[in-house]
Amino acid sequence: MTLKEVKDILSAEVISGDHDLGKEIKCAFAAELLSDVLALAQQGALLITGFTNSQVVYAADLANLCAILFIRGKKPNEETKRLATQKKLPLLTTPFMMFEACGILYEYGLKTCAIEMENGKDGK
Amino acid sequence: MTLSDLVKSFGLKIEAGKDRLREGVTGGYASDLLSDVIAHSRKGNVWITIQTHPNIVAVATMKELSGIILTGGRQPEAETIQKAEHEGIPILASPLFTFELVGRLYQMGISGMSPC
Amino acid sequence: MERTENNILFHRIFPIEGGDFTNAGSTSDQIKKILKEAGFSNTLIRRICIAAFEAEMNVICYASKGTLSLYIARSFLKIVVNDEGKGIRDINLAMSEGYSTADEKIRELGFGAGMGLPNIRKNADEMVLTSQFNQGTHLEFTVYLDRQEAALPFE
Repeated sequence: MTLKEVKDILSAEVISGDHDLGKEIKCAFAAELLSDVLALAQQGALLITGFTNSQVVYAADLANLCAILFIRGKKPNEETKRLATQKKLPLLTTPFMMFEACGILYEYGLKTCAIEMENGKDGK
Repeated sequence: MTLSDLVKSFGLKIEAGKDRLREGVTGGYASDLLSDVIAHSRKGNVWITIQTHPNIVAVATMKELSGIILTGGRQPEAETIQKAEHEGIPILASPLFTFELVGRLYQMGISGMSPC
Repeated sequence: MERTENNILFHRIFPIEGGDFTNAGSTSDQIKKILKEAGFSNTLIRRICIAAFEAEMNVICYASKGTLSLYIARSFLKIVVNDEGKGIRDINLAMSEGYSTADEKIRELGFGAGMGLPNIRKNADEMVLTSQFNQGTHLEFTVYLDRQEAALPFE
């Protein structure tokens, strides 16, 4: 699924970042706690979240995610948008709530990120 | 649809409130930000989250939610379970990530828009 | 003088202000830029920067102030974080997934899920964590380059 399809399916608006909507999304991850995103989201994932502070852009950039989709029409502040544009990370917003947004995308075939780590694995 | 149906369909682990699973579910609400849940969830919603601390019980009680499902294999803290039993709030757990669990719930007919 | 494997080729110290949520993430972002310019692989950068982000957030969430130092050597990358603040009462508990001492404010900001230290351990080859309750915490973690596929870029 590409970002363009997400935009169309969820009536989303692109608010900043990279406007290349042809990007292919690897998988989806829905979370509002950043440590989970860093621990579990795979590279190339679409992050679906209601968390709009600038840390979400830093975190998404560090984890090499594909784009961020904010739910419930939420929009981040100017600083966050500026950061996203600098990092060429697309930010979209959809009027749907988190539950509906995930439900609809899942129905259209978008998969969740696979579990990469083994539980209880220590550092090498 | 009741919580009991969800437990059966998804093999959810019952962490608390096993006697309150006949609650009807009015819809689903997914969020990890408590203020969001307080502002927008509706009575009878089942709350999907990864938050495991005792405050989730207070929120669920305040909003009269039907129950809480923790995703990603999370387990509630001991104090959370105690509080949940005391308040009669069911807490269930799934190894699936939020996105997938919500996707499947949605396919079963649970929607994010509950009737007013 | 001949260079040894452990000679530090690059070192920078970043100050972190406790409670400074506005700039949270900017230190790890700067580290990412440095490592990218130095030519390290994406995989390596991701590991170190995710760990650095978690460490940075811990100082901001729980300490009054701290410093994060990045060391680049021929055979490893290392980050050392020292902070002053309430410290960690029980290190074993702190290292377990899901355990958190975050307050309401921190949780509402989207942090405090209890995954920070486990995330650091997962991404580093070695990790040292010591703390004096009510004084501060010392954290260091290392990623060894010879265990990576990419060789040091400026060989």
